[in-house]
Amino acid sequence: MPQEVLKAEKLNKYFHEPATFQVLHDISLMIQEGEFVSIMGKSGCGKSTLLYLLSTLDTDYEGTVDIDGKRVTGLHENAMAHFRNEHIGFVFQFHFLLPEFTALENVMIPALKLGKFGHKEVEQQAMEKLRQMEMAEHAHKLSGKLSGGQQQRVAIARALINSPKIIMADEPTGNLDSANTAIIFNIFNQLAQAGNTIITVTHDHDFARKSDRILEMVDGRIKI
Amino acid sequence: MNLPVNVKIMKVQLLSRKRQTIVATLGVTFGIGMFILMMSFMKGMNDFFEGVMLSVTPDIRIYNDYKTDYSSSVTGEFFGGKENNWIIVRHPRPKQINLNLKNAPGIIEDLRKNDAIQVVSPLVSAQVLFNYGPVQLGAMVDGVDIREEDRLFGLSGKMASGRPENLLTADNGILLGYKLANKLNVRTGDLVTATAPSGTQLRFRVVGMYKFGIATMDEYKAYVSLTGMQQLLGKSRDYITDIRLKLKNMKSAARLAPLLARKYNYRAEDWETVNASVKAGNLIRDTFTYILSFTLLLIAGFGIYNIMNMVIIGKMKDIAILKAEGFARKDIVQIFLSQSLIIGLIGALTGLLMGFLLSYGLSKVPWPEDEFIIIKHFPVNFNTSYYVVGVVFGLTTTGLAGLLPALKASRIDPVAILRG
Repeated sequence: MPQEVLKAEKLNKYFHEPATFQVLHDISLMIQEGEFVSIMGKSGCGKSTLLYLLSTLDTDYEGTVDIDGKRVTGLHENAMAHFRNEHIGFVFQFHFLLPEFTALENVMIPALKLGKFGHKEVEQQAMEKLRQMEMAEHAHKLSGKLSGGQQQRVAIARALINSPKIIMADEPTGNLDSANTAIIFNIFNQLAQAGNTIITVTHDHDFARKSDRILEMVDGRIKI
Repeated sequence: MNLPVNVKIMKVQLLSRKRQTIVATLGVTFGIGMFILMMSFMKGMNDFFEGVMLSVTPDIRIYNDYKTDYSSSVTGEFFGGKENNWIIVRHPRPKQINLNLKNAPGIIEDLRKNDAIQVVSPLVSAQVLFNYGPVQLGAMVDGVDIREEDRLFGLSGKMASGRPENLLTADNGILLGYKLANKLNVRTGDLVTATAPSGTQLRFRVVGMYKFGIATMDEYKAYVSLTGMQQLLGKSRDYITDIRLKLKNMKSAARLAPLLARKYNYRAEDWETVNASVKAGNLIRDTFTYILSFTLLLIAGFGIYNIMNMVIIGKMKDIAILKAEGFARKDIVQIFLSQSLIIGLIGALTGLLMGFLLSYGLSKVPWPEDEFIIIKHFPVNFNTSYYVVGVVFGLTTTGLAGLLPALKASRIDPVAILRG
């Protein structure tokens, strides 16, 4: 019996600038452990907005979100940050690596922040993740000196470092050429097969087709 | 384990923009360095003036301040005035005024019994003219008990030649300020002729010369014995015009003076009242120094504020991703505030060093030749409290200057940036 990792109930979200506008309408959804879910839809339909609500980064909404059986809606800011650190891994359209740090250090920072393991162990784990992404030989380069595809792979390694419950990806291939897109595809496939729970926003049908479930969004509602 | 990773990020960020960091640090360094230099110099100046002032001012001076009381007059009687007649006398003059303290020996004896008083030095003082050929030079001549006077002002440490005690042994001896002696062209052993206001003349033998380093003392002052002065003025042996006191605790002078005034019914002035202008000068210098130093540090603070603001605008993406990775607002504040504080701390410490070196250098610079005060080098006070104040000042301003941008950074909404 697979466990549910994420449960959202009756999510409503409004934008107030420039005029009040309802982005999400009564969205409820449930995601099982190990599921690979794609959220698709036209731009402006609210798919990214939904992802950020689910990820706890956006707290200005109505409804409730539970992750791993814990109510995250209304959690205190510090507790929320800690929860995010431990349980959620992010991959964005852009890599968002810290340019002054090496690839390895970028991967290590979330784990050092979590503080579960010592510096030595974190370094080994980070190296392991980079090896998984075939980025081990670039570990000690400054992240700014890497190519776009390489940077995105480092970013994925960084998302994985704390063994999160859920990996959330916002158009992870949106900024890459086709060769690199293929590489990232493969990585996500492997991650899914390894039993990771993944929620990704994409408008790439090839990518979405590989997932277990596709949630199609239209005008702030999930099309059934 | 929270701190190390924040510290690491802080360190890398500081080092990745070395030039900005150094410029910001130098701002604080100069601010605090100049603060310390100015405080040390101003305080040294104040100390010097206060020292000069105290070297010639007794803690309390009791004297007879002549009061003209015309309420009782013989005029009415003289003109046969009646009830309804007005008799007005314009510009009345007193017939005779004695400026001495009556029963001076009794007062002196009483004062000597007082526990709070260390030295009691009686004085007969008058303006006297010294004849130098056809020229007459005016000077204040004090008839004193030279042993008490020595205890009061430390005369023996200021003698250019001779000893104060020579006054006791010599018949009609006189101690002259070295400048006055120069003007009169006399040396120890020579004779000078003094003319009292009443016209009485007396010859004194120079038995010593002193050097206070203050023009009023060295050029316009001389000491003779009490009896010598009384003789010159043609007064009796108990004629005393002033009694000067040195207290065990000079701070109590302002409190004690009115009590003594009431007790003996004469004017009593404490040193703080007499030298109010010096005190006011000190206060003005202190205020100036603080305002100027505060401005310097404020400017350094603005520099830091500016730099940190720029840094944060450039680091929006990094802040957003750190927040997404699980760094809380307090972590962001910590990372950016600690950058300012490190700049402040390093700036403050180098500022202390710079301040000390500059003050030390200044204390070795010779003071320009001056007629009125004698001082070899610029006076500098190396009081450690300014160094403490400097560091506290520096850290406070940089802390405040860094806090605002850091709070701004912590309020960045990551979603708006990460969505791209």
